[in-house]
Parts: sequence; structure tokens; C-alpha cells
Amino acid sequence: MHEGHAVALPLDNVDTDQLIPARFMSTPRDQGYGDYLLYDLRRDAAGVLDPAFPLNAARGSVLVAGRNFGSGSSREAAVYALVDAGYRAVLAPAFGDIFAANAVNNGLLPAVLPAAEIKDLMGRCPAPLKIDLQAGRIQGDGQSWPFSLDPVWRTKLINGWDDIDLTASHNQAIAAFRTHRQKNFPWAWPRATG
Amino acid sequence: MSAPRTLFDKLWDSHEVLRRDDGASLLWVDRHLVHEGSHHAFGKLAARDLDLAAPALTFGVMDHYAPTRGAATDPAIVRMMETLRGNAKRHGFTCFDLGDPRQGIVHVIGPEQGLTLPGLLMVCGDSHTSTHGAFGAFAFGIGATEVAHVLATQTLWQRKPRRMRIRFEGGLAPGVGAKDMALHWISVLGTDGARGHAVEYAGPVVEALSMEGRLTLCNLSIEGGARCGLVAPDAVTFEYVRGRPFAPIGAAWDQALEDWAALASDLDARFDREIVVDAAEIAPIVTWGTAPDQALPITGVVPDGAPEALDYMGLRAGQRLVDIAVDQVFIGSCTNARIEDLRAAAAVLTGRKARVPGMVSAGSALVKAQAEGEGLDQVFVAAGLEWVGSGCSMCVGMNGDTVAPGKRCASTTNRNFRGRQGRGARTHLMSPAMAAAAAVTGHLTDVRPLLGGRL
Repeated sequence: MHEGHAVALPLDNVDTDQLIPARFMSTPRDQGYGDYLLYDLRRDAAGVLDPAFPLNAARGSVLVAGRNFGSGSSREAAVYALVDAGYRAVLAPAFGDIFAANAVNNGLLPAVLPAAEIKDLMGRCPAPLKIDLQAGRIQGDGQSWPFSLDPVWRTKLINGWDDIDLTASHNQAIAAFRTHRQKNFPWAWPRATG
Repeated sequence: MSAPRTLFDKLWDSHEVLRRDDGASLLWVDRHLVHEGSHHAFGKLAARDLDLAAPALTFGVMDHYAPTRGAATDPAIVRMMETLRGNAKRHGFTCFDLGDPRQGIVHVIGPEQGLTLPGLLMVCGDSHTSTHGAFGAFAFGIGATEVAHVLATQTLWQRKPRRMRIRFEGGLAPGVGAKDMALHWISVLGTDGARGHAVEYAGPVVEALSMEGRLTLCNLSIEGGARCGLVAPDAVTFEYVRGRPFAPIGAAWDQALEDWAALASDLDARFDREIVVDAAEIAPIVTWGTAPDQALPITGVVPDGAPEALDYMGLRAGQRLVDIAVDQVFIGSCTNARIEDLRAAAAVLTGRKARVPGMVSAGSALVKAQAEGEGLDQVFVAAGLEWVGSGCSMCVGMNGDTVAPGKRCASTTNRNFRGRQGRGARTHLMSPAMAAAAAVTGHLTDVRPLLGGRL
């Protein structure tokens, strides 16, 4: 269960280049990516924050966004920027595939809701919301909305699973597969050219 | 007999190590390509003190931040490159470093070196990894956490996407190519039109494409939201692969040909979605907005209904596309910087002068050398364009090659997103021939009248 403030970003196709412009991606993660979130959309040409921009006008931990959120590149830094800025969930009618996988890998919920309900939620923002991951519902303002999430991802978010640890429990099966593939499909290994 | 399967089904089945009850599959990875931007993933690996599961299947390249002129001086960039170099040495994988005659953009050198083969599963921390599907490989982009997982285990957890086929029927008109085919279907279906699907491109027009054309088509799959793009391998594919440095030889090659010939979708295989495109109706296409689906034939006018995009792009509805003046051109990127792309641009530029400045960045050092051997560099330079080194360059603007705020660039790249080529940059996507035409006239231009016997 997450309780937080929801902020509306009423734009479609917020791509990863907007979520974090490429010029910031050489920064080591431990320096924090929060300030880079939507950097060019939030600021004027001189780098001054635009007080009217939704994310500047209200702080929150839940972002309500338009269609095709996170489309574009595979840069996980787009998720780091959201997480480091304090966001724990994004609600949208659809997400870019790679972005959504990256989000789950960093504990950020990519919740899918129908476009009409997103519009309804945006109209109520900024507003306090509760997200019940187990039940797959969002509550607030005396209302409740169900959201969609891949069941594999839901389990992972609830348990905080680490895939590398999980995969280690299948080491024998992987080793057997590798032997099988190398024996039966020798062409699948790159020829050593020295 | 087993049920008929699509090309994608066959690729999936042959890489599934196991499937959990909840539907997640653990897939074996045949090739993992990493670049200097993969520093987050190597950091995760180091934090856990893990080794690489399969260094022989891992290949590194400097491309995202590669300098196209001189040497990299930005300390952050130099540090990332040192990190990749150091990891290659520590873990024992091959790295195509700056100055290596094989260096270039990861999605250009994979095929060039014979690392990309039919029947493989390939991943890279870059969304345009879909490019390699042109060989009938299952290839897709992944994030840093997944890169770390592949480095540590040589596997990846995935849910099987749905299958979609786009058939291009009929034939292409002269001056129209793979870039136009891709922008056409994306403009029809939208940037999320293929979301959740593996897209197989098929039909006589795809079969008639060269490997370069198929690579361009598959490269742009991600711009339509697809998980990956695919073309069934055929004689064109096999001929391209034969004799490449890392490609199989001898008995392994003979077996490969047999195995690869069986990859094509079975005749009665079922797809979740089927789209048919009449290729004869495709004209040279340019984008006018800030998403790749905001694209129209060059004969069109700027449409109404996207005020934010038009405001950013500095355009007004009703304006003819051919009346849009450009400030510069860029010919390059993993989408359109292979030898055929450079030949197509040079064919338009031969004996002509560019009215605006521009840069031409070959997709790899080998493509650059080949182009120079054919004298293409002389054509670009004589036209007034700059002939520079190989890398991602102005497609993503990470190495300092950017378009200035408010400036308009005719670009052979893959994304016209706000700020993609630099803060405030205005990008129009198009084919190499169309970008060359824009250079010659100084505005968006239908290349067809300029071709007269040149192609």
C-alpha cells in the first residue's frame, strides 16, 4: 500500500528523451538524478524552473500521465530521474515496453488505467491517493479505480524480488541449456578470430 | 505434427530455458552487446562482486559518446570509456575501441562482423537493438538492470509478446525505400501501434530489400512501439553473412544454413494481428512533429490538431511541407549510415552544392573506409558537407554533436523527439536521399525530380 500525492502531467508521448535529456546520463547514479527529471520541460532556456509547470507547482509521489508514457530509448536513467525525484508510481493509459520493465526493476509502479479514468484522475489532481498493489486498486476522493499490471510484475513489486538472486536458483537448468545449445547449435557461438 | 509456428515462435522456443507457472520465461542470450553508456550495469555487477557468465558471447563497442572529430575531452565521457575498456580487460571480452578499424555504431558493426546471425537471441542496452532482427534474430533493447542480469547469468526473464505481421505487397516507386516504408506504417498505426508485439515484416517488397534496407526497416520497429522487428532469413541474408569475421565456417556453416532455412514462419502459422500495406502507395515521407508517427508524404501539408508539436517545431497548420526551410542536415545513425545509405545520398549530391551546412557520419569505420574507396567522401565534401568519424553522433547528441536551439535539421535518424538532437532542436526525419535533397535546396524537398537517372 502506498499513500501519496498525485500530480497530473497531461501530455501524451512523454518520451525518455524528455524524462531525462541525454546530456545528463554520464552522471554517476550516486549523485542523484532527481533534478534532471523532465529537465527541459520544467525550465526556461535560462534554466529557471517554470512555477506553472505541474511538477513544479505541486510535489508528489504519484504521476498521472498521458498515453505512451516512457516511449523511446532503453535508458533506465529515465526511471532513476523519477525515483530520485520521489515518485513511486506512474498512472497512464499505456507505457513504452522497455520503460515499464525498467520501472518495475527499480520499484516504480507502472499502472495502466483506461484513458477516460486517467482524465478523471487528472481532473482531481493534485490530490492524495492510496495505491493498493495487492488488490490492484487506486483509492482517493471517496472513489476507487482498478488498474492493470502484469501479474509477474505485481509479484515482483510486492516481494521486492531481485532477479539475479532468483535466477541463481536455476543455475543447473541454465548450465544444462548452455551445454545443449553449444552441442547442438555450434554455429551460435562466435568463431574465435584471435 | 506440432502446430504451425511463426518465425518468432521458433526463435522463442529455441531459447526458453524454463517457464515459471506465472508465465515468465527464462531465455538464453546468444549475444550481448554493451557500450560505454552501459556503465550503470557494470556498476551493479561490481557492487555485487559478480563475474561475467559468458565473456565469449559479450562484445563491447564505443559508439554513444564516440567523438566524430578529434578526441573526447569531456572528463565524464573519458571516464565512461575508461570504464568500458577496464571492464573488457577485467572480464575478458572483445571491445571494439576507438581507433579499432572495426569500431562503429553497435547496430552497424554487429552485422558487419558476423556477430549478428539468423536464429540468435541478441540484447543490448539500446532500444534500436531491434535492428538485428533483419537477419531473423530475436533482438531487443533492455535497461541497465537487465543488462546487469545478462552479464551475470547470460539469461533474461521475459513474457512472450504477441505476434504481428506487416506485409508489404506490390512494389516500391523509384526514390522510395525502407525508411519510407517504416515511417509509413508508424504514421498509420501510431507510436504505440505495435506495443506488446513482435513484428515480422514480410511480402515481396521486403523480400526484394537488401540487408541494408531490412536493417533500416527493423531498426525503426521500436518507434512503432514493437518489442522487436523480424525478417525471415533467405538467400540474401546467407550471402551477407558468409565469410564475415565471427560467422561460422566449415561444418558449423553447413549446419547453420540447414537450421536457418527452417526458421521462416510456417505457411499456416497464425498471427495475432496482420496488416497489409500497398507499397505502391508509399511516397517519400518526412516527419513534421515531435513523434515519429507525425509523418506525411512530402507532397502534403502540415496538419491541424497538434498545437504543442507545431509550436515546438515552429510550424503552422496548412503550410506545405516543401516550403519548410532547414538550417542543416545530418546523414548518419544506426538507422541510415550504411554503405547503401551513403550511396543514395551521394547520388543526389553528385555535381551539386549544399545550400546549408551538414554532417555525414558513416555507421562504422569500415563503412567509412568503403565509402572513401568508392569516392563518396569526395562527393560530400565537394557539395560542402562535413565528412566525420563514426558514432551515434547527432542522432542522440551525447558526444557534443548537437543541433542548436531553434535550428531545424533534416536528419536520417530515428527520433524527432523534443530536444533529441539538442535542447530546442527541431528534427525532421527522412531517408538519406531526402536529406541530401534538402541539403541541395535548403528546404524539405521531394527527391524524386532530382533523381533523373541517378539511381
